[in-house]
Amino acid sequence: MIPASFDYTAPTTLADALAALAQGGDDAKILAGGQSLLPVLKLRMAAPGLLIDLGKIDELRGVRMEGDTIVVGAMTTHHDVIADPLVREHLSLLAKTTEQVADAQVRYRGTLGGALAHADPAGDLGAVAVALDAQMRIAGPNGSRSVPASQFFTDYFTTALAENEILTGIAFDSFAGWGAHYEKFHTVSQAWSTVAVAAAVLVAGGTVTAARVALTNMGPTPIRARGVEAALIDGPASDDAVRAAALAATQGTAPVDDATAPAAYRSHLAQVLTGRAVLAAAG
Amino acid sequence: MAKITVAVDGTTYQDEVEPRMLLVQYLREKVGKTGTLVGCDTSNCGACTVLFDGVSVKSCSVLAVQADGHEVTTIEGLAGINGELHPVQQAFHDKHALQCGYCTPGMIMRSVSLLKENPHPTEAEIREGLNGNLCRCTGYQNIVAAVQQAADALATAGGAR
Amino acid sequence: MTTTEAPPAEIGRPRTRKEDQHLITGHSTFTDSMVLPGMVHLAMVRSPLAHATITSIDTTAARKAPGVVGVWTGRDFPEQGGLACAWPITPDMKSPVHLPVPTDTVNHVGEIVAVIAARTKAEAVDAVELVDVQYSELPVVTDLAAARDGSAPVIHGDLGTNVSATWVFDSGAAGTGGDASAAIEAARSDPDQIVVERTFRQQRLIPAYMEPRSTVCDPNGAGDQITIWSATQIPHILRTMLTLSQGIPEGKLRIIAPDVGGGFGGKLEVTPEEVATIMVARQLGKPAKYTETRSETMMAAHHGRDQIQHLTMSARKDGTITGFDVDLTANMGAYLALVGPGVPILGAFMYNAIYKIPAYRFSCTNVFTNEVMTDAYRGAGRPEATFAIERMMDELATELGMDPIEVRRRNWIRHEEFPFTTVAGLTYDSGNYEEATDKALRHFGYDDLRAEQQRRRESGDRIQLGIGTSTFTEMCGLAPSRVLGSLSYGAGGWEAASIRMLPTGVVEVVTGISPHGQGHVTGFSQIVADRLGVPFENVKILHGDTNISAKGLDTYGSRSLAVGGIAVVKAADKVIAKAKTIAAHLLEASEDDIDFAHGSFTVRGTESSVTIGDIALATFTGHNLPDGVESSLDSEAVFDPENFSFPHGTHLCAAEVDTETGKVTIRKYVAVDDVGVVINPLLVDGQVHGGLAQGIAQALYEEAQYSADGQLTSGTFVDYLVPSAVDLPDYITDKTITPSTSNPLGVKGVGEAGTIASTPAVVNAVLDAVRQFGVADIPMPMTPARVWQAIQDGSTAAGSNSSSTGGAA
Repeated sequence: MIPASFDYTAPTTLADALAALAQGGDDAKILAGGQSLLPVLKLRMAAPGLLIDLGKIDELRGVRMEGDTIVVGAMTTHHDVIADPLVREHLSLLAKTTEQVADAQVRYRGTLGGALAHADPAGDLGAVAVALDAQMRIAGPNGSRSVPASQFFTDYFTTALAENEILTGIAFDSFAGWGAHYEKFHTVSQAWSTVAVAAAVLVAGGTVTAARVALTNMGPTPIRARGVEAALIDGPASDDAVRAAALAATQGTAPVDDATAPAAYRSHLAQVLTGRAVLAAAG
Repeated sequence: MAKITVAVDGTTYQDEVEPRMLLVQYLREKVGKTGTLVGCDTSNCGACTVLFDGVSVKSCSVLAVQADGHEVTTIEGLAGINGELHPVQQAFHDKHALQCGYCTPGMIMRSVSLLKENPHPTEAEIREGLNGNLCRCTGYQNIVAAVQQAADALATAGGAR
Repeated sequence: MTTTEAPPAEIGRPRTRKEDQHLITGHSTFTDSMVLPGMVHLAMVRSPLAHATITSIDTTAARKAPGVVGVWTGRDFPEQGGLACAWPITPDMKSPVHLPVPTDTVNHVGEIVAVIAARTKAEAVDAVELVDVQYSELPVVTDLAAARDGSAPVIHGDLGTNVSATWVFDSGAAGTGGDASAAIEAARSDPDQIVVERTFRQQRLIPAYMEPRSTVCDPNGAGDQITIWSATQIPHILRTMLTLSQGIPEGKLRIIAPDVGGGFGGKLEVTPEEVATIMVARQLGKPAKYTETRSETMMAAHHGRDQIQHLTMSARKDGTITGFDVDLTANMGAYLALVGPGVPILGAFMYNAIYKIPAYRFSCTNVFTNEVMTDAYRGAGRPEATFAIERMMDELATELGMDPIEVRRRNWIRHEEFPFTTVAGLTYDSGNYEEATDKALRHFGYDDLRAEQQRRRESGDRIQLGIGTSTFTEMCGLAPSRVLGSLSYGAGGWEAASIRMLPTGVVEVVTGISPHGQGHVTGFSQIVADRLGVPFENVKILHGDTNISAKGLDTYGSRSLAVGGIAVVKAADKVIAKAKTIAAHLLEASEDDIDFAHGSFTVRGTESSVTIGDIALATFTGHNLPDGVESSLDSEAVFDPENFSFPHGTHLCAAEVDTETGKVTIRKYVAVDDVGVVINPLLVDGQVHGGLAQGIAQALYEEAQYSADGQLTSGTFVDYLVPSAVDLPDYITDKTITPSTSNPLGVKGVGEAGTIASTPAVVNAVLDAVRQFGVADIPMPMTPARVWQAIQDGSTAAGSNSSSTGGAA
């Protein structure tokens, strides 16, 4: 319940944060909303020597339009993401998924960037970033770079972020007008997702014209279900067609086999939940 | 050690704290706000819920240093100065929404926040809204009823509080 | 009789609680909130291994760490005694020595191997990592069946076996019924009978009270008094057991249970942590506090349930049961807990439940494993029994193609048959199973739900509906001392109370029970207000401090009202008797002509009266008392019940099963409970709600799981799934009232009823939904994965299920 001792700094600019990170080296850890990190520290599963709190860096917070792109600051809390009018208009999938993250208290503190950088395979927001082809904006000592979400998540709790880099924002294309749904499946409401599916679709005249589908907790990283998308596109948004397309959800997955759920069950869930998510998204 | 200034239940405190000190430990051990309780070490139970700048957070998942310059309201700061109970506190009493009382401070603080977000919640919205707080005694039925009563009371009072 | 209007009766009123004010305003007094001058904080070094020899412990670095005032290993506590088990169920029961801080061997993960005291909790916790303990690993046993059949390595070498004891009840031998083995054998060759055999697993559960355990010890009280505040259900038993096991003179010990954040049996224990805290405080001569983390609670505090139930029932094809055999294997964990061995035995008297079973045999074999001890958890033995019989009733109904309620009706004791002596030798004083069931069926809309179930089946709906029944009774109000004696329990089952009549009209009631959320202060105030005719507000209930409440046996087993409450009544009656003598004197009348009602003594046929408050004042002044009468109305009483109380009821659950995902959703839950006379319906409903939540959680969510190497894999609330408000239904509760005839209030226990009844109702409902797919059983908790898998495996048998119809059938 009591973390090991650490030093703490709360820079007010990104530059200062990067400098602190450079100085702290691999003993430093970024503190975003803290809703995953602090429990880990309390259980002493990690003991960094320095926490760099991004909470006082205004430039990392908030949602803004850059041309046709919607940029969500990494330190924007889940609560603010849900309430943001730009998100609600352009990124309905992000809003609907974020509403299902953890509980209200966590959503007041936890941040989009923190959740993505934590890269828990059972975390809900990775699937959204992957489904919507988000660009992960990363700052480092040598400037900024952008990594597509599909390449950002590299393994269990592991991302493309280098030790000296900070995730600053998540950039999305507009999905205004798309139907969206996040189908989350868990044993009790506090439990992490056994499996979940993020889906966004465009339907015109009963035909699916575009589809984005990604899976939570079907492997070490969130997985884009491209096979499902391909099977959906140009097909009818009907129950039978969608469920048939959803059978492709297991392609390329590597679900864990654990006490909560055998791998075969997760694979089955991926198909069932994909069907439900897409149908709900198609409205 | 870090120097922090925190307003807790209307009083401003200045303290030197270890960076690792959790807000809940700060409240209980430094400020003496032992009404806020600790029930787990994984941020599941919600017993430690307080209002942080007016919204509910789990004070076991916030560092005391992160509270620097912020305002915290605990269960001890909820009642009026004359001891007049907040409508949520009154409702928990009226509806027998507590037994052992250990989850109660967190449950009440979360309920206060919930009713600010959604002054007229349905039963399902109340249950969803309380999903970050565990109670082992009541089976939740009377807690849901208490939040419903408090919603009515707050609506009647014109949302004055 | 006076003509003054009687005040409304307190008993039966939904009084809001006196207990609430400080809890809703944050002025609680939970143990961890206590701070004493000079107090040190403790942290425990715990074994990461399930079974190992401690080969060395190096505490050098820890001792040098900032703020550390001391580090103790087991060998640094020469004064420590083995923790006692108070329930030797058989004369030859094997019980290993259980040192609070073991010196040589650890037998489960989480055992304390060293204790650190430091100026702050943080410093103590930091030093834990500096203690270097070397272990030599020993083979780990986690398999109950292997522990029982001798195929697993012996854990406690000196005992020579992993079997602690086998306890048997046979109605043939006891003379309470026939020979069950013979009855079942006969049924196997009888074409008119059926034999149903099933094996069920009662999974291991964690009580999960919200307040982690905490102890503060001040060794420096005046007169060598050692004061201990502890988050315990049992301050009195703790005091006695500390003397018996640790040799601390009882007179030195003052135990205080301040606000206690739930227990559910989980705080019915004398813990290693309590003893370690006391030993450190005494060695240092300074107050010491230990508060565990939730992870430590999960790992080191006792668990509940954990049995294999092998059940054989014979019945005629009309549904009439002819014999029932129960064979249990119960996991004790690594040691015998305070009453752990007796927990499954408490169930022995309940497997026959509400039914007229002519022949019954019960056998329980308690075994050791390298897991944490098991002991009481809400219901303690009776949920297991109720689950077994109520599941079997549904299995019997299924085998016979009968309606499950009809099968129950054909076997249950009819209301006109009470008092009824059961095949297990208990006498049920009262009950009305017909009325409770009829009422439950009405609330439930049974026929409509059955019709909907049929429609969903026929249409092959993705959501299938199942209906589960549980018609239960339980024995509670622990307990008649003679019965406990016959079961070799180490204490009695009486309860004590005393009443002090203060001169200003306040009635102070001291009770030996130790509430921790139940609302006894409110309920007992109502009882006393009625009995003595004083205002509810004037009654003050004192408890939970052995210096104030010197005598008592605490709170568990739904005993507080049915035993402790009656002791209060007896004490009140003594006050009235004493006051009556003085009233006669003051009213200048014969005692024979004095009536007492609503707080006033009246001379029969006159308007002349005096209140009990007036008499209390008169004893305070002592100016005008009859000769030879002491100047006090105060009284003491001890009540030892002659019988248990037998609450009963009918619970009906409608569960929806998503056949695509296996997810279970409770659609409707009706609980009609008969807890006798209701003192306070608000409190009764609260107890039922909370009990239901825990019973439903056993059916659907919760399981303490160990890996084969003895690691607890469900060690936090992330993995041990305690339901939140979203995961539980709205309950429809109602009552029938059949007063108990065994106590003057007509009350029965209520604390455990919901938990006992609900688990089989839920499981029966889920199975009812999916039996159509060839599912015979699903182990608890019925997680989505298991339900889905069972549907896939359609033909999987129920445990080692083998059912056979007898003879030529």
